[in-house]
Amino acid sequence: MDFGLSDEQLQLKQSARELLAAECSTAAVRKAMASEDGTLPELYREIAKLGWTGLIVPEKFGGAALGMLDMAVLLEEQGYAAMPGPFLFSSAVAAEAIIRGGSDEAREKWLGGIADGSAIGTVALAEDAGSIAVVAKKGGRLSGRGIFVPYANLADFIVVAARSEDGQVAMTLVETKAAGVTIRMLKNLDLTRRLAAVDFDDAAGASLSGGESLYRRLLDVGAVAIAADSLGGMQRALDMAVDYSKVREQFGKPIGSFQALKHAAAEIVADLEPARSLVWYAAYALDAIPSEASRAAAMAKARLCEVYSRATDRAVLMHGGIGFTWEHDIHLWFKRARFNESYLGSPAYHRERVAQLGGY
Amino acid sequence: MDLNFTREEEEFRLKVRAFLEENIPKSGLGDGREGNQDKAWLERAKAWQRKLYEAGYVALAWPKEFGGQAMDPVRQSIVNDELVRAKAPYLIGSSGLGMLGPTLISWGTEEQKKRYLPKILTAEEIWCQGYSEPGSGSDLASLRTRAETVGDEFVVNGQKVWTSGAQYSDMMFCLVRTDPEAPKHRGISYILINMHTPGITVRPLVQMTGDRGFNEVFFDNVRVPRKNLVGKLNEGWIVANATLFHERNMLGSASGSEQRFNRLLALAKSVNRGGRPLTKDPVFRQRLADLEIKVQAMRLHAMRQLTDQIRGRNPGIEAMINKLVGTELNHDLATAAMEAMGDCSMLARDDERALDKGYWPYEWMFSLGLVIGGGTSHIQKNIIAERGLKMPKSR
Ligand SMILES: Cc1cc2nc3c(=O)[nH]c(=O)nc-3n(C[C@H](O)[C@H](O)[C@H](O)COP(=O)(O)OP(=O)(O)OC[C@H]3O[C@@H](n4cnc5c(N)ncnc54)[C@H](O)[C@@H]3O)c2cc1C
Repeated sequence: MDFGLSDEQLQLKQSARELLAAECSTAAVRKAMASEDGTLPELYREIAKLGWTGLIVPEKFGGAALGMLDMAVLLEEQGYAAMPGPFLFSSAVAAEAIIRGGSDEAREKWLGGIADGSAIGTVALAEDAGSIAVVAKKGGRLSGRGIFVPYANLADFIVVAARSEDGQVAMTLVETKAAGVTIRMLKNLDLTRRLAAVDFDDAAGASLSGGESLYRRLLDVGAVAIAADSLGGMQRALDMAVDYSKVREQFGKPIGSFQALKHAAAEIVADLEPARSLVWYAAYALDAIPSEASRAAAMAKARLCEVYSRATDRAVLMHGGIGFTWEHDIHLWFKRARFNESYLGSPAYHRERVAQLGGY
Repeated sequence: MDLNFTREEEEFRLKVRAFLEENIPKSGLGDGREGNQDKAWLERAKAWQRKLYEAGYVALAWPKEFGGQAMDPVRQSIVNDELVRAKAPYLIGSSGLGMLGPTLISWGTEEQKKRYLPKILTAEEIWCQGYSEPGSGSDLASLRTRAETVGDEFVVNGQKVWTSGAQYSDMMFCLVRTDPEAPKHRGISYILINMHTPGITVRPLVQMTGDRGFNEVFFDNVRVPRKNLVGKLNEGWIVANATLFHERNMLGSASGSEQRFNRLLALAKSVNRGGRPLTKDPVFRQRLADLEIKVQAMRLHAMRQLTDQIRGRNPGIEAMINKLVGTELNHDLATAAMEAMGDCSMLARDDERALDKGYWPYEWMFSLGLVIGGGTSHIQKNIIAERGLKMPKSR
């Protein structure tokens, strides 16, 4: 039995932590928050050079051909840094769509670009098949609206969950420059991300193979990716609250000496550490235990998003008045937790899936 | 026990309701505490309070000689309920009405009452609370803003922080250190400072909501007449606590929770989840019912306290929980609303697709601010345990 990260994965985590501490400080994050596109182009180029963007892309397209656990390790660190930009949506979810469902032509066309950072993909997935609002005609022409599409503003293509005329899930790739694609940006609460509403008006797309099973797979990958980001963000909120409790003094003592704060911090850890194991397991299952993957993903998404929100909420409180300011950084994670909780299905939705997939 | 209001009270309620229906500003003030706080906004906010006052619906229980109507607290509570029910805009003069006014009525000199109370009612003078300092929040009594007596004036030097509304306030009720040698609780005085005095600098701070709600306030040799002392010199701590008592009851007010619950319920009815309204979702239904039970308990709890007040009984431990329970409950209500909105909770309040006019994202954040402001939940728990239950102090 061996349930832990490998030396390579630990190294990857460490180097990601160091790189992002240097290149993705909260000052940099705030720059992206204030920008129109919501990303840090230089950082994106740099992580592409390091091979992050092609982490799961096959070697023949210039990727590192690593697995979802490696991806989860990177995403955790990005969550820790509240890294803005399309990485999660492009290099984890959209890349997976092309790897699994793309024609040879689509793979040729996009995977190299995703890997070297010159192309960006995103996804328009409704969290449950019942609410898919885009229709795919024969030959892959799309009509309808995809809402809450992350970083459509930067994307070259969108993987759209659509419904064919006979009611089947039809996964379709549409280029954003295609005629009939209209992108409108939404105003986000969490400014470390960008969302758009995308209208398709008889836009030409290319069908991906796999239908409903590809759709489910992308939801699972997305759920685990968000869970991994949440894991890192939660760790960051905890670290910030604990660090602050050691330096802020009231009543002539560091506030961390009061049991109220010790217990609050300990409760976060007690939520966090078992949740870390859920993320590892879910990421590993995506590659190695197909029969368990969906349920593990639902568990990770449900649990991580719930505890991330709670931890950031209490971390704000643990800072007192300063935690309520714009100037202090803790609200970045407080709001990112809100995004993570909603995007691709709430904890309640995923708990229901856990029950259903468990047969009860 | 008799839960009926008298006929006069019921008639009074209907009168208030009719007045509000007719007169509530239709736009431009918002229904929360936000607002863009420019001059025009300020004037509208003041005009609204003044109108309400002129109609006889502000501070009904205050003594007649200072502009009140000396009515029993039931009338005031009817007005409060109706204001909430009508989603009336927040009163710009709330700190004066809810915090300083009641304090002055108990602790002020006749001259102070005459001078300040009437203008609180009409919103001619807006007040802010100068308690917290950079080094003194939870440990308020450690405050260091210094006031030295020079002739018949205090000369004030130091800094306050998180001062809500200071950017548009005319006056501040302020805690200052007048005896640095004495034990910390015994060298504090409670004074009233005109915010337009030379030497005061107000620097707005941006809150996580993106709004400018609170401020840093700097004092550089600010001269304050000695007659602006409330209570005795160096005995301000007891006056400060009187104000805190009123503040905490205001922040934990049950009528606000009830209105938020109703709004949450309406939201949940309007949201479709899995082919049915969210209110029919077995899990969310439980959650809603649980919240309603807590809101109802606090509403009844407020009626009980109102009764005690009429009977002239001093509040005990049951009042110490108001701030803790009320503000955490309001934040839970807002958090539930964010969950109810599903994907739409990712939107900022000013996105055109934001549900319920964008009320909840702001409320979700602001309600957390109120879990902190007025003494954090941790501090409330300490007070309940130490002052209420007489458990040993750890500090
Ligand atoms: C929205 C808002 C509006 C405000 N408006 C005003 C205003 O108008 N005027 C004004 O004077 N102030 C105002 N405040 C300030 C507010 O009263 C303080 O923020 C609050 O009392 C906490 O103090 P602090 O910020 O210094 O935090 P700290 O006291 O530094 O607290 C940091 C953390 O330590 C915890 N802690 C500290 N001591 C203990 C202890 N003994 N036991 C357990 N836990 C402890 C706290 O609970 C908190 O979690 C406002 C604050 C907010 C958020």
